[in-house]
Amino acid sequence: MNTVYSMNDVATTAALIDVNATAAVSLSSVSASGLTAKNVNVYYADSQALHDVSIDIYSKQITALIGPSGCGKSTFLRCLNRMNDVVDGCRVTGSIALDGMDIYAPEVDVVELRSRIGMVFQKPNPFPKTVFENIAYGPKIHGLVEHRTELEECVVTSLQKAGLFEEVKDRLHQPATGLSGGQQQRLCIARAIAINPQVLLMDEPCSALDPIATSKIEDLMWELKENYSIIIVTHSMQQAARVSQRTGFFHLGDLVEVGTTENIFQNPVESRTRDYITGRFG
Amino acid sequence: MLQNNKARLRKRARAEWRFRSYGILSLLFAGTALVFLVSTIVSSGHSAFFKTTIELEFQLDAERLGIDKPYTRENLQAGSYYTIARRALYALFPGVTSRPDKRTLSRMLSPGAELELRDYVIAHPGKIGETVTLEVPLASDYDQLYKGHLPRTGKHTRLSAQQMERFDRLVDEGLVHYRFNPGFLTGGDSRYPELAGIGGAITGSFYALLVCFLLSFPLGIAAAVYLEEFSKDTRLTRLIEANINNLAAVPSVIFGLLGLAVILNVFGLPRGTPLVGGIVLALMTLPTIIIACRSSLRAVSPGIRQGALAMGASPVQVVFQQVLPTAMPGTLTGTIIGLAQALGETAPLLMIGMVAFIANVPATPLDSSASLPVQIYLWAESAERGFVEKTAAAIIVIMTFLILMNLLAVIIRSRTQTKVE
Repeated sequence: MNTVYSMNDVATTAALIDVNATAAVSLSSVSASGLTAKNVNVYYADSQALHDVSIDIYSKQITALIGPSGCGKSTFLRCLNRMNDVVDGCRVTGSIALDGMDIYAPEVDVVELRSRIGMVFQKPNPFPKTVFENIAYGPKIHGLVEHRTELEECVVTSLQKAGLFEEVKDRLHQPATGLSGGQQQRLCIARAIAINPQVLLMDEPCSALDPIATSKIEDLMWELKENYSIIIVTHSMQQAARVSQRTGFFHLGDLVEVGTTENIFQNPVESRTRDYITGRFG
Repeated sequence: MLQNNKARLRKRARAEWRFRSYGILSLLFAGTALVFLVSTIVSSGHSAFFKTTIELEFQLDAERLGIDKPYTRENLQAGSYYTIARRALYALFPGVTSRPDKRTLSRMLSPGAELELRDYVIAHPGKIGETVTLEVPLASDYDQLYKGHLPRTGKHTRLSAQQMERFDRLVDEGLVHYRFNPGFLTGGDSRYPELAGIGGAITGSFYALLVCFLLSFPLGIAAAVYLEEFSKDTRLTRLIEANINNLAAVPSVIFGLLGLAVILNVFGLPRGTPLVGGIVLALMTLPTIIIACRSSLRAVSPGIRQGALAMGASPVQVVFQQVLPTAMPGTLTGTIIGLAQALGETAPLLMIGMVAFIANVPATPLDSSASLPVQIYLWAESAERGFVEKTAAAIIVIMTFLILMNLLAVIIRSRTQTKVE
């Protein structure tokens, strides 16, 4: 069974899923970020990890992907910037389009794509270099800056945007590995936004952090959504409820339901969603 | 039941105690062997860093020297310094008059005495016609006697009672000195033990290691990076991997044979040179470097690769800007250990002819040269008693280099460990 819950579909076939249609009142105030997935299937060697996933990502909003472990939410996230390319035996079908351009089309340059879709990983993974070099790496390889002062400016702004500048301004030239876990994760966010992407993918960015560091990251996400579309994969339903405007629920490789966070948590249509959210499984 | 338990606990404690004592015993055994080895080598080798000299008054008579004016370098070199040196010694023993007796007495001086006198005159031509006091080296037998390596009695003694008595008189008069011998570390090999130095061998080994490093380091890293980061896991790459691992275990003499058959006979490179030695050692070191580099590449956290990829770095950028720099300390450690191994290799160098007697310090890697391990081998084979201490001293020198290289590897490793923490 292929369940397709995209906001656009919902709007046109409002009768089908009434709840979501009413939830889409904000439809006029938001627009598609230009990132659209249609009928995405992912296969690892001979097992299928995702079945016909279709979703539209809204611009300047946070979309949370929730679901039990192994449900395919991270796999889906990694399709969006083609990180699955490097996985042996991984095959992706269907279409994912960024501004109408199929990102899996042969003429697409992965390097350019990834400069438009940034990613933050579960475990903070700063490069074993200085704080400054960590941030400067992206702008350098993409040729975004021309001289040293411009680069320094870019590093400082990125750190400021990530709310990290005040904490690290005296240790810009010390190893980034010396920062705390939460600081490292914000450094990774600063690194990702230094190249000014359209979309920011976050794969369980807080699962390795303590509650204080987590709340700092969540505050940061609130600020960042003013400028970026954010997709966050999370295990914590509370986190999804706190930060996201839209939520998609994955189960066993299916995108079971997607809608506004409010609706998913208070008025889920599918019984599987309801069971998961009320803690009956997962 | 409780009784049973107690007995079992006691048994377990005893087994643990037994195991611990085995460990301590084997450590003690290894430690004793090491101390014995090092102390033997140091006790028999330390004296090679010193020389025995005799203080003589030389009358630099231009006529006796047979030097024509002007005092050009060429003319000065042609002088017969041997006569002057001998006469200076005879002057101390007015009683020695017969020719055979004089000849015996003159053997107290090393041929080096004449050379040092010549070098002195070349450096100070103005001293010709004057009388100068210089310290010149003694012949090996007297040197060994003074150092206590030569028995004064018994069948192994090499000097007559009269010779020893004359020498003792000189010692009593305070004319014999015990000096540090810088020539041992800087000079080339010699037929005369008291003049033989290890400088030529050090330079030869240095050039060979340099060639070895320049070849094996870039090649090894390139191979490791390709195999680890870019190649697909196919039957062919697995075959190559297995062969690299096997190559690391091939006896070094085989590499020497390969060098002899291919590098010398097919490519016709000059025999017995550090260049060829370095190429052969590089073949031997390559597997070590490849294995070390690959395992440090594998140890780089996948997060770094993913992070760099997600930043939009191309695979080549990921490897050369992030992964390889992170893997460098481990690679360097492996390289240094591989080079230390190469420094001690003798067999392949024997095969490619780095075993000839070379008195000169090589100026380039293309000059025939000795090398440290082969020098030890050559000296150990020599019959003269004076070479015994030289052999031990050469071992001290090579061990010092090995320890320094290993120390460097340890320092690199520990520094990166603290950085990662």
